[in-house]
Amino acid sequence: MIGGFGSPGTPFSLIDELLRQGQRQLTLIKNDANEAGIGISKLIEQGQVERLITTHIGLNKTAIEWMNAGRLQVEFHPQGMLAEKIRTAGAGSFGFLTDIGLDTEITRPEQLLNWQGQQYKVEMALKADVALLHAARADRFGNLVYDGSAMNFNPLMAMAADQVIVETPECLDPGALPPNQIHTACAFVDHLVVLPRLTSEYAVMEHHVKH
Amino acid sequence: MSNIETLLKRATREVLPGSILNLGIGLPTQLLDYLPDNLDVLIHSENGVLGAWKQAPREQMNPALIDAAGAYISTVPGSSFFDSSVSFAMIRRSKIDLTMIGAFEVDQQGSLANWKIPGKFSPGIGGAMELAQKTPRIVVLMTHCDKQGRSKILRHCRLPVTAHHCVSRIITDLAVLDVTTNGLSVQELAEGVTPDYLRSVTDADLIFPEEVA
Repeated sequence: MIGGFGSPGTPFSLIDELLRQGQRQLTLIKNDANEAGIGISKLIEQGQVERLITTHIGLNKTAIEWMNAGRLQVEFHPQGMLAEKIRTAGAGSFGFLTDIGLDTEITRPEQLLNWQGQQYKVEMALKADVALLHAARADRFGNLVYDGSAMNFNPLMAMAADQVIVETPECLDPGALPPNQIHTACAFVDHLVVLPRLTSEYAVMEHHVKH
Repeated sequence: MSNIETLLKRATREVLPGSILNLGIGLPTQLLDYLPDNLDVLIHSENGVLGAWKQAPREQMNPALIDAAGAYISTVPGSSFFDSSVSFAMIRRSKIDLTMIGAFEVDQQGSLANWKIPGKFSPGIGGAMELAQKTPRIVVLMTHCDKQGRSKILRHCRLPVTAHHCVSRIITDLAVLDVTTNGLSVQELAEGVTPDYLRSVTDADLIFPEEVA
């Protein structure tokens, strides 16, 4: 699983390392597919991704083309359902009951559960082997703080993967981050990668600036 | 003034002081530009922001702070950031008072189709289904007809629905319509639009209260 909603919170540097190492047949779990040529789209374009579990890829024409051509399997979930499936795994539970999409085409008959006269949809928890995340700041223990809307799926994924690898441009001594302001406690974090600098991918994207 | 500008100006009157609202991608996000500053509302964005506001001045843009449409937003005093599960808990617990949303089709029962055109457009459902199903008041902002001139207001949605019976009001470039138990009630007509003309471009049953007809 890979953090980020659009660019904020996307671990671009860890993605570049995955690109360099070249693992293939990956299943990625991410809110979106970034945009063509950016972030996980690079992994898709290099043919490393077999399957993408996501909510919306409307901003990435390349990913849509790959999906339509049958070169990329895509599994869509309502955004809050994807978040809750990950949160549920992170809480050590196995599934939850919901009424979201109950009477729409996204619900298959085998997902229905009738309990005490009420109809529900069963959603199973979603976990991963590895989570790649981005934090604005960390300490050497792996306590994490996110900035702005870069929080999104990162703290959920930090709790829902067997190996949690976090990149951050700022790593402080333990104690430097106020305990009551830590978003992810270090118990969930396995590895910290300190970035010497942030590439242009982390900057404001001009085409999203209205003039 | 273009018809879309008129539509957006009309839509600003739906925004009540003290409310929490969500603006969907497309026409609804354009509404931001028409809202007065210091308006007493909190705008929710699915990616984990309550208190989103207009694009930040260039020198204050934070690359780590966008809205769900990707704009580099500013925030109002009293805003908060949270993770995606909290953001959607807020939606599913109906804490958003009003959602303005775009649509491919709306039918006279208030069912909404806005996420998929089979074979043509299927980028995923995003946050639309939970917003449509759980927001107490849904106002659809859309052009009355599609680019081929066909009515987007129907007796029954043909496309896969996002949620059934969820829309309260439809604001188009031609009219303002309320979904009622008796059918679609025409509340306002745009300048120069007659009841006969509206009927001729709408594939649904319309009710004209006396003061509009």
